[in-house]
Amino acid sequence: MSTLLEVEDLTITFRTAHGPVDVVDGLSFTLEQGASLGIVGESGSGKSMTSLAVMGLLPPTASLRGRVSLDGADLTSLPESKVRRLRGDRMSMIFQDPLSSLNPYYSVGMQIEEAYRAHRPGVTRRQAHKVAVEAMERVHIADAARRVDHYPHQFSGGMRQRVMIAMALSTEPDLLIADEPTTALDVTVQAQILDLLQEVRRETGTALILISHDLAVVSEIAEDVVVMRHGVAVEQAPAERLFSDPQHPYTRALLDAVPRIDDEIGELRGIDAAAGVGGKP
Amino acid sequence: MSATSTGQSTRQSTGQSTVAPASAPTAPTSQSSEPLLRATDLVKEFAVPGTGGLLGRADTFRAVDGVSLEVRARETLALVGESGSGKSTTARIVARLTDATSGEVVFDGEPVTRAKGDRLRRFRSDVQVVFQDPYSSLNPRHTVERIVTAPLVYQGREVPGGTRAFTQQLMERVGLDPDHHRRYPSQFSGGQAQRIGIARALAVSPRLVVCDEAVSALDVSVQAQIINLLRRLQREEGFSYLFIAHDLAVVRQIADRVAVMSKGRIVEQGERDAVFDDPQHEYTRTLLAAVPRIRPEWERARREAAEARAATATPDREAEAAGTEEETTA
Repeated sequence: MSTLLEVEDLTITFRTAHGPVDVVDGLSFTLEQGASLGIVGESGSGKSMTSLAVMGLLPPTASLRGRVSLDGADLTSLPESKVRRLRGDRMSMIFQDPLSSLNPYYSVGMQIEEAYRAHRPGVTRRQAHKVAVEAMERVHIADAARRVDHYPHQFSGGMRQRVMIAMALSTEPDLLIADEPTTALDVTVQAQILDLLQEVRRETGTALILISHDLAVVSEIAEDVVVMRHGVAVEQAPAERLFSDPQHPYTRALLDAVPRIDDEIGELRGIDAAAGVGGKP
Repeated sequence: MSATSTGQSTRQSTGQSTVAPASAPTAPTSQSSEPLLRATDLVKEFAVPGTGGLLGRADTFRAVDGVSLEVRARETLALVGESGSGKSTTARIVARLTDATSGEVVFDGEPVTRAKGDRLRRFRSDVQVVFQDPYSSLNPRHTVERIVTAPLVYQGREVPGGTRAFTQQLMERVGLDPDHHRRYPSQFSGGQAQRIGIARALAVSPRLVVCDEAVSALDVSVQAQIINLLRRLQREEGFSYLFIAHDLAVVRQIADRVAVMSKGRIVEQGERDAVFDDPQHEYTRTLLAAVPRIRPEWERARREAAEARAATATPDREAEAAGTEEETTA
């Protein structure tokens, strides 16, 4: 299996009124073709900024050092026009809130078609429409041929996230980045979307990066896990190793702090001072 | 931090101003058989926008559809359900933040559904609410001092011991640095701000605290601390919680009894372990099955590794001390 994505010594710096702030500091990881990686951390850990950096979507106040290579090509040194061509084609992203990612004035079908045609010049409307319906069928939206003409508000939250996944997959990307894709969803809907992501990965061979604050969600999806804190990867390991034998005090403390549904675990442990080792203050 | 460690090590003995854990229930007027709060057949209807008109009657949507529940003295009743289940509306009716279309709420033997004047004021100090988002439920232009004494001021009551001392004592009880009494909500982290919200609720010595998704917006490490705080305060003060939450794992940690809501109705309620370990209703089963879990064999291995480490390490009090550790200030 060959390497799809290689992030090397990635550092993201924001210019602020109080001087430069590194929100990601020296992060490295690799992702094989078709593999799945979970990036887990609390708010402010830099996990979302990492995904935006991979997509070339960092805000203008941020600067980036290090390398982000997709199939050996360093995205950080490519001109924006080239990155734009890769984004949405070779790599796609879905976000926490599908409603804010969809345009309320266009049917979901038109939006999928538009995304598809942007990367497939010369494709006719009719062909794009067919792709949209197929994409919606692939994410199990019932009656896709009719639903394709509906507007975002006519879908539930879970269905909207399915639409976003359909759109992201329409170009058959090599990499799908899902940033807190189920955080805004009810638990029963979350389970369905997680199943769908697994299925999609199995059937299309798309590699997946799942960004989440939820350790249990990551444990169900990811083959490898990166634990981030204050911009630093404090631990990275295969999921089984990380969850059954965490090495870093912060990972241990984080796992201790998660409330378990199957058990009352007595006094819940907060993150204590000892866990601060390795992270930045 | 001194305040927390004091609270931790001498938890059993520092219930000073309030009721010690072992003593009788706080509600002197209620008989032991009577619950602290009883809600009967609550219904809340909302008009559906865009229906009805000058002459026609608007269509109505029943957000709460015949809910009956009891909260006993010193216990935590968790109301769980997915979005739109009616759990928050039920809580708002119980706290008199909104009026029910029909149904009755009896608190400490007195009907409060239509209470006014003095009786409503008394009810408002007996029942306090902690909301999900501390930043939007705390006035950003008020100091902690002003925020936590506001409930007393609104009720025309004297602040016992003076504003400064009262605030500082409250802040210590919820694990905040009492020297920060003149600060504003924005100067605190999310977990600390939620502690201010909890301090405000405690200011009037309530007998029922309604927590509406009070820990849902917090990072997991901070969430654990706030859950610990809520449990400790209940042990010290002896009040009851009506705990609204969508996160079943959190509910497992804090509830004595659980009521599961779906589409405006309670589909199942019972003792916590009974509901979690042997759910009777199909919906409860679906809900429990959907919760993501770390594989049990990984969990077991991790716990065993941790125990092995603890056995070889110096026998310190790390495990105990970490329980209510103060979050680090950013």
